[in-house]
Amino acid sequence: MSALQGTRVVEIASERIAFAGKLLGDMGADVVLVEPPGGEPSRGYPPFAEDQLGPDSSLYWWHYNTSKRSVVLDLERAAAREAFERLIEGADVLIESESPGRLAALAIDYDRLSEINPGLVHVSMTPFGRETSRRDEPATDLTILAGGGPAWSCGYDDHTIPPIRGGGNQGYQTGCHYAVLSALTAIFHHGVTGVGQFVDVSMHAAANVTTEMASYFYMIAGQTVVRQTGRHALPILSMPVQIECKDGRYATTGVPPRTPKGFGDLYDWLAELDLVDQLPEALFLDAARHRKSISFAEIGVDDEVTAIFGASRDAITLICQNSTADDFFNGAQRLGITVGAVLSPEEAYENPHFIERGFQVKVSHPERDEEIRYPGAPYKLPASPWQISRRAPQLGEHDEEILGGLGYDEAARSELC
Amino acid sequence: MANSFKPTKPTEHGSASPNGMPLSTVRICDFTGQLAGAGATKWLAAFGAEVIRIEDPVNQGGWDILRNMAPFVDERTGPDLGGGFNNHNVEKRGITLNLRTDRGKEILSEIVKRSDVVSENFAAGVLDKWGFGWDQLRALREDIIYVSNCGFGHTGPYAKYKTWGPIVQAMSGLTFTSGMPDEEPAGWGYSYMDHTGGMYMAMGILFALIHKQRTGVGQWVDLSCTDTGLSLNGPAILDWTVNGRPSRRAGRPEGNRSASPPMAPHGIYACAGDDDWISIAVRSDADWGVLSEVIDVSWAKDAKWKTLAGRLADQDELDEKLGAWTQHLDKFELQTRIVDAGVPSAAVQKPPERVDHDPGTSEFGLWPEVDHAKMGRVRVDGLPAHFSKTDWVIERGAPCIGEHTDEVLSELLGYDPDMIAKLHEEGVV
Repeated sequence: MSALQGTRVVEIASERIAFAGKLLGDMGADVVLVEPPGGEPSRGYPPFAEDQLGPDSSLYWWHYNTSKRSVVLDLERAAAREAFERLIEGADVLIESESPGRLAALAIDYDRLSEINPGLVHVSMTPFGRETSRRDEPATDLTILAGGGPAWSCGYDDHTIPPIRGGGNQGYQTGCHYAVLSALTAIFHHGVTGVGQFVDVSMHAAANVTTEMASYFYMIAGQTVVRQTGRHALPILSMPVQIECKDGRYATTGVPPRTPKGFGDLYDWLAELDLVDQLPEALFLDAARHRKSISFAEIGVDDEVTAIFGASRDAITLICQNSTADDFFNGAQRLGITVGAVLSPEEAYENPHFIERGFQVKVSHPERDEEIRYPGAPYKLPASPWQISRRAPQLGEHDEEILGGLGYDEAARSELC
Repeated sequence: MANSFKPTKPTEHGSASPNGMPLSTVRICDFTGQLAGAGATKWLAAFGAEVIRIEDPVNQGGWDILRNMAPFVDERTGPDLGGGFNNHNVEKRGITLNLRTDRGKEILSEIVKRSDVVSENFAAGVLDKWGFGWDQLRALREDIIYVSNCGFGHTGPYAKYKTWGPIVQAMSGLTFTSGMPDEEPAGWGYSYMDHTGGMYMAMGILFALIHKQRTGVGQWVDLSCTDTGLSLNGPAILDWTVNGRPSRRAGRPEGNRSASPPMAPHGIYACAGDDDWISIAVRSDADWGVLSEVIDVSWAKDAKWKTLAGRLADQDELDEKLGAWTQHLDKFELQTRIVDAGVPSAAVQKPPERVDHDPGTSEFGLWPEVDHAKMGRVRVDGLPAHFSKTDWVIERGAPCIGEHTDEVLSELLGYDPDMIAKLHEEGVV
């Protein structure tokens, strides 16, 4: 039994909140999407299956709306708002990202909905929260990541290149992570007390508290971090860690070995690859294996220790440049050196590790008479498993099932959209 | 506003919630460290869970390297003074327990029996080696929830490999998708996946708590940060599985441009000032019409920019012209002009700007000040959500080493002062 089996969620469809609904739906909640006439605009976002445009072929839509059902309701119409209220009557949770003021203007905001359903958990996620003076500012994923802090820390050593927005709508997704945490916390509380409540999530605030060191270096020490290629933004410039491998892929190198055996192993690896001649300093690594101990703290104090660490860094770089990213990653990790290969999403998806963990899941698309491979579970909960229960809904697919179930016949349904 | 919720000012977060805390019935035996683990239990502690950090008295809590790491509030250093540690461990209690001793293991067993959740983010297998793997935990308490969070999970060919945030990001596609087209990856300038891994760990705990609330059944939640990271690339993966189109192709990643949905202009442009930048996202032809009025220079009125197709066709030229216009203007003045006209735009804010001069954070009460036993009053990251009835509380700083050992032994386990003194003498705590 999935953790949220029996939990009913109503989601007012929007590109901003969609991921939160997917996370809840894939854990068993019955998520009913409320879409405007013509469908939510993200049905029109590329890429499309086989590049065929249409309301039911957007892969963006497919991904963010798994495990949901959908009804079309024109909330500008009184009859549709009545139907919406009847959905809320039977719901445990409402998630939405409507502009502040819109639901109030339609008289379907929390004060009204909590009269209908006092136990309701209503999670609103908006760019700046419902109550701050910036609440009405327009925003997108880009502007949230730029104004909220992440972009300042991301980019290149070369500061003539702009700060970078990381790919994949991570500003929206981060907001949704907090929306889901909020919903789950309130659902648990409701399970103990029967009390429902309203939750105000700010995406701007979410970005601001998801910058690791950037905020607290300033708040504690008054220091400002600066962006650096492929590594942490810090108040000072650190050593580069990203290296191009033989196959054109990049790898990210980490902390060099710290033990005599570790340095000896590194020398042996150089030898195995026939690279010793290219690195005269390698002899320090070979010698290091006979030492009793080596301490980071002696760098810059003890000349030999300094040379050993310098040689290990050069050795890792040289091996990396002469290996494929995959060979470098596996070789270093087997020696206990923590490094990574910079994989593209599809390379990671087809990687044996993720395959063996069952990350590739198949989802039935009956309308295409095929099963399609999707990204799998972000977490494993064996007693209450994650599962995509159905592919994303087609436009109006469940109008009859859901609205019919509320007593709306075909004629009555035509008044709703 | 129509809803009854009023924002709580930062100073008011200290007041106890009149409705009780949402997670006050939950006790967590917590081995987490750094951000990927400690971030998870921070959320839970702020909503009232009793989080008891278990730390090693011998190496002074050295499992969590942030205990000893900068930034520091003043010239003092040491395991109680790490600024990041304080930021991630507010509202938790901390005890020391020497798990090399039998007595230490017995005490841990007693704590586990009284806990709902055991959480850790060690490398795979560490807790098992100490004799507190899943089977042993379940034997101590049948309905226990055990949450392990590590880089590659507990199964699969890489299960023994080690990671930290940047490695997770590299292996899960996130580093690759952050950067200028055909350039070296820019990656993420912070451990995005330590934050996000922590959030999914907290979700995993909450899902398991809800499941247990409904069924009485506990479970082992296996969180692999790289699985989580890879799941954040959904549309790109479907483009591969459905269309066979890889992300590793010419022109990708897309830098600051937006292909899904297609928008142009869509970028970050230089402004006057030192490393000052502004982001602008034109969502539609209407947005462009408005922006071209704000720009009010002849090129902007050119008919070829009026349609999305036209703007996409010559994006390089458009970005160049827009950048030439922004580069002499102040980023905040420009943000005001563009936003007031109704087009999404935001200055790339530096930490001092968004922490101290942004009503979007201050009015939200986003930087609560905590009391720390040795650091004094320190501001920390708050939480980006407010609950109308049972809001979070962040007022107590992170625990110093062993700060709550005696308190927990006495309150939770009922030990008397003599027993506790003996444990100190024997080096168990």
